[in-house]
Amino acid sequence: MAISFDKAFGLHPEALMIRDRRAQVLSENIANADTPGYKARDIDFGQAMKLAQARQSGSVGRTHEKHFAISSQVGGDTLFRNPDQADTGDGNTVDIHHERNAFMKNSMEYQASLAFLTARISGMKKAITGGGQ
Amino acid sequence: MSMYKIFDIAGSGMAAQSVRMNTTASNIANANSVSSSVDQTYRARHPIFAAELSAAKQMQGDDGAGVKVLGIVESDAPLNVEYAPNHPLADENGYIYKPNVNIMEEMANMISASRSYDTNVQTADAAKQMVMRTLRLGQG
Repeated sequence: MAISFDKAFGLHPEALMIRDRRAQVLSENIANADTPGYKARDIDFGQAMKLAQARQSGSVGRTHEKHFAISSQVGGDTLFRNPDQADTGDGNTVDIHHERNAFMKNSMEYQASLAFLTARISGMKKAITGGGQ
Repeated sequence: MSMYKIFDIAGSGMAAQSVRMNTTASNIANANSVSSSVDQTYRARHPIFAAELSAAKQMQGDDGAGVKVLGIVESDAPLNVEYAPNHPLADENGYIYKPNVNIMEEMANMISASRSYDTNVQTADAAKQMVMRTLRLGQG
């Protein structure tokens, strides 16, 4: 019986990578809260997750060195946010409160995914070591 | 891992906000500097921010957008000219020139800069926690 690490971890690694990228995009929004003309951006997590799922079901390998490598980039475009306030005069669409909360929520969800992964790993450890005996 | 890039991004935000804080401090400190000619009078200074799209694109094509201070401009607002013939710095017509610093504006700027700085610090702190947790993955 072979243990497949990919299957054991499920989609959580993908979720982590998407959360990781989303954290960066949100931090850019926060850093540029006072930059004139800056447009806030975000990643649609649901859509990115769907892309990741689709990729996971059909994995592609290279059988010849002249084949093109399929990039393993986590999908999901960064889209511009619809501002929920009228233009404040400087063309900046960052709502700092919204971005802060989104960043914190994203960070919590990242840590939740980490907790899932840790539980999976300790489960597999138990299976390998026979319950630590 | 783009988590490490967050430190750069939040850091650029902190640097930009501290430049803003510096100019505000300098404006407030010089709010009452009197001079005897238009040219010598202190003018309010304000930094100009711009989003900095890092030229070095990563393999994944997601380029971080930090903040860059493009430069510092002096305000074009008219100076406060005051008729004070007895002032030792008055010019031959009896006028002294005061800077065009608007204290109210500067106070608002200061509060805004300090809040934004705080937010960037919190972002970097949260990113640090995320990295630390990730490094401890599987050890719990």
